[in-house]
Amino acid sequence: MTKRQKRIYAVAGLVVGVGVAAALGFTAFRKNMMYFYTPSDLIAGDVPVGANLELGGLVEKGSLVRAEGLKIQFSVADCAKAVPVRYEGVVPDLFREGQGVVATGHMGDDHVFVATRILAKHDENYMPPRVAESLKSEDGKHSCAPFKSVAANAG
Amino acid sequence: MWTWFHRLASPPTFYRLANLLTPWLLALALALLAIGVYGGLYLAPADYQQGDAFRIIYVHVPAAALSLSIYMTMAVAGGIALIWRMKLAEIAVVTAAPIGASFTALALITGMLWGKPTWGAYWVWDARLTSELVLLFLYLGVIGLNQAYSDARTAARACAWLALVGVINVPIVHYSVQWWNSLHQGSTILSIDGIAKPKISGPMLWPLLLTLAGFYLFFGAALLRRMQNEVLLREKNARWVQELFAI
Repeated sequence: MTKRQKRIYAVAGLVVGVGVAAALGFTAFRKNMMYFYTPSDLIAGDVPVGANLELGGLVEKGSLVRAEGLKIQFSVADCAKAVPVRYEGVVPDLFREGQGVVATGHMGDDHVFVATRILAKHDENYMPPRVAESLKSEDGKHSCAPFKSVAANAG
Repeated sequence: MWTWFHRLASPPTFYRLANLLTPWLLALALALLAIGVYGGLYLAPADYQQGDAFRIIYVHVPAAALSLSIYMTMAVAGGIALIWRMKLAEIAVVTAAPIGASFTALALITGMLWGKPTWGAYWVWDARLTSELVLLFLYLGVIGLNQAYSDARTAARACAWLALVGVINVPIVHYSVQWWNSLHQGSTILSIDGIAKPKISGPMLWPLLLTLAGFYLFFGAALLRRMQNEVLLREKNARWVQELFAI
């Protein structure tokens, strides 16, 4: 084996080795890499009890109720399940029914998720309002596909 | 073919070729950027839900794309430098790093400015944002490592190894939004289903493609210029450099 061949093997070995190590590491820690849980995870009880966590999903159509002041209640849904959420405070401009959101908070004793922060999660589609109007599905909802169950995906 | 390759790899030939190429790259880059920015900021319609805030895409997406492409360039050059001991590849590794770090920082900053009005937060620790920050640290690592050696060639080879170790982060950044739940949305342009059904309407898309091309050409010009400087510095005692600057 020439010196150059040795160097080729060293470089290829390094890249492949780091790749395998990363793949193994990320498979093992997949759950911890998820930014949020989904309503399905919460209902199935696959979340740390009483802990502060992120809940992601779509604001269900027709579920948004505004109480006095800045208090709101609504449901967050993935493709399968929905969880009621209570929140008091300012919401992002993009917050509306049908929009993706990520809520930080904890599950209350009354099975209502008490949020302390609401972030909007928009999708990767961009279009002028006119086009959006003509494309609108019956419920005007965004895709629930980005909200994947942590338990089902990470085992 | 190999003689052509070897001649290109010789510093004086590279220097002259880069001298010819750089002004054209730069002129074309500025022209594309001018048209792209005009198209993006004035001609493109506002987005149906983000309004005018989406227009930062014309800087954010090209900067983010380059942050990954420059790292790939650095890693490929690193591999060539380590295996074939090619001087120009070593120079490419160390000179690409500061450009890559700049574009990564630009992608992070424009992303934060975009995140605040749309998501409601400048920063969250989701997989995309965190891996892009790691990318910035990798670039800074290469820059720092290069400064740590007194011998330029030893430094470049150490940088090449680091570039190769870090290249695993490039697919992680790109696929982070698919592999893990994240606040950051998926890819608009580089996605399989986006080819069949575009995720961005035409009048918004073409300025983005122009600024993308403009950014890439600008990177080409910047890299060639930086490599030229480095070649001059390393070969300052060679005859061709002396002749170049003979009065």
